[in-house]
Amino acid sequence: MSVLLIAEHNNKELKSFTLNAVTAASQIDSDVHALVIGNNCGDAAKAASELPLVKKVIAVEAAHYENFLAENFAPVVIKLADNYSHIVCSANTFGKNLMPRIAAKLDTSQVSDITKVESSDTFIRPIYAGNAFATVKSTDAKKCITIRPTSFDPCESSGGSAPIETAEAGEEFSLTKFVKREEIKSDRPELGTARIVISGGRGMQSGDNFKLITSIADKLNAAIGASRAAVDAGYISNDHQVGQTGKVVVPDLYIAVGISGAIQHLAGMKESKVIVAINKDGEAPIFSVADYGLEADLFEALPQFLEELNKLNTIQK
Amino acid sequence: MKILVAVKRVIDYNVQIRVKEDGTGIVTENVKMSTNPPDDNAIEEAVKIKESGKATEVIAVTIGEEKAQETVRKALAVGADRGIHIKAEGAIEPIAVSKILQKIVDKEKPDLVFMGKQAIDDDCNQTGQMLSALLDWPQATFASKIEVKEGKLEVVREIDEGLETIEINTPAIVTCDLRLNEPRYASLPNIMKAKKKPIEQMNASDLGVDVAPKIQQIKVEEPPKRKAGIKVSSVAELVQKLKNEAKVI
Repeated sequence: MSVLLIAEHNNKELKSFTLNAVTAASQIDSDVHALVIGNNCGDAAKAASELPLVKKVIAVEAAHYENFLAENFAPVVIKLADNYSHIVCSANTFGKNLMPRIAAKLDTSQVSDITKVESSDTFIRPIYAGNAFATVKSTDAKKCITIRPTSFDPCESSGGSAPIETAEAGEEFSLTKFVKREEIKSDRPELGTARIVISGGRGMQSGDNFKLITSIADKLNAAIGASRAAVDAGYISNDHQVGQTGKVVVPDLYIAVGISGAIQHLAGMKESKVIVAINKDGEAPIFSVADYGLEADLFEALPQFLEELNKLNTIQK
Repeated sequence: MKILVAVKRVIDYNVQIRVKEDGTGIVTENVKMSTNPPDDNAIEEAVKIKESGKATEVIAVTIGEEKAQETVRKALAVGADRGIHIKAEGAIEPIAVSKILQKIVDKEKPDLVFMGKQAIDDDCNQTGQMLSALLDWPQATFASKIEVKEGKLEVVREIDEGLETIEINTPAIVTCDLRLNEPRYASLPNIMKAKKKPIEQMNASDLGVDVAPKIQQIKVEEPPKRKAGIKVSSVAELVQKLKNEAKVI
């Protein structure tokens, strides 16, 4: 049987985490089909067909797929489900919203947010904010799985030429209407895939003080993250939140500034390769996961940090 | 308008959990339990809507062992009118939970069902979406703002890219984000009053729902421990270490 991978895209391009999801799907079974549901999404379907690990693309287009509502997407997937043993999607807000709606209709107990494929029915997934990892075996005939994108490498994005088939669109679900989306546009690297992330917490004391973080992020070409406390306090918008209920990041370098290190925040960043903590409280739990800890007042340390970076001849991008 | 709110009893969010030595699960004996945090937001929102005059009744429902009733009692103490406790032992998967909730919805006929977006124990993030699928109702997941209109809700959802606003007709399911509101504390008089509010009890098996797990838990392990790091004494030393030792900048 084959794996149906639900591609996440913006009708023009694939979202980068779709590449990670394809890798995970290919570890379950090599016959991976990518499903691209959208409106005028031919470019996204073409991009999916160029992924060498994808054997077939199924494109389903209609005006009511423009805004990716789960109520409209789920019936399309369910209609195709007979041909597949596994349905796979990224465990970001797109996949988290959609997959359970599919699983329930298929009477399947979904396996959420897997970090490893052990076999076609056995997976590893974090529980309790990543403070434990469970190895689980699905006994359902048809399996619905969401994957943690940062736990799988992105697949090759070019060189493939899978055939693109079209499938018939379903009816519109009339009880849910899309109103608007407020996306924060930024020239910075995406938080989920950035090589370096610098995050601020409650210790930043105000949204204005985040400019200290911004200037270092500019210098390092880093993405900007935040603890839930900083988002709750209104210092920065929700799309920056790192943690159990925010984003999970695994950068080469994670710099936590003024973040105490609640377990809910650690859940989102403790797999980072190198962790730096800057905090004036030497007892803060963040130091227990930090490779390099600096006990200092961030309002003195951050300007010095920028100054030291400016002294370097080269900075890796 | 009637609002049904599903609440779950979980290990308290401040507890550092421990994995059982035999790898069969998490230690739950003598561990502080409380309501799943975003479920508190769900109750708070329902009570606020009732206080604004737009809802007439708030019903709290939970599924679990005898002690899970405490979670319903807490919801009653912050303003829910009555409770339902469906008794079931062991971990119940979201697919089974949503089937049980479907039975309760069939019986109670609420206009809205609220719950937290995710339980902080199994981190599944499934139940609300599954219940909406079973009922063929609209779903508004990860809600950080809810506005009640005539026969519909306008909901702001937190998504990876920022914020999304949707309009859903009732009846509908809303799963709540931690930023939706600030849950209140129960006052002592209200805790006393809550003791007199009714909690209806029934067994999951009486509802005809098979709650046997479909996912076998083979083992549970602790994550690999990070090696202890070092403290640096100055910013200059930090930058030098990052450049020459860790080689990340």
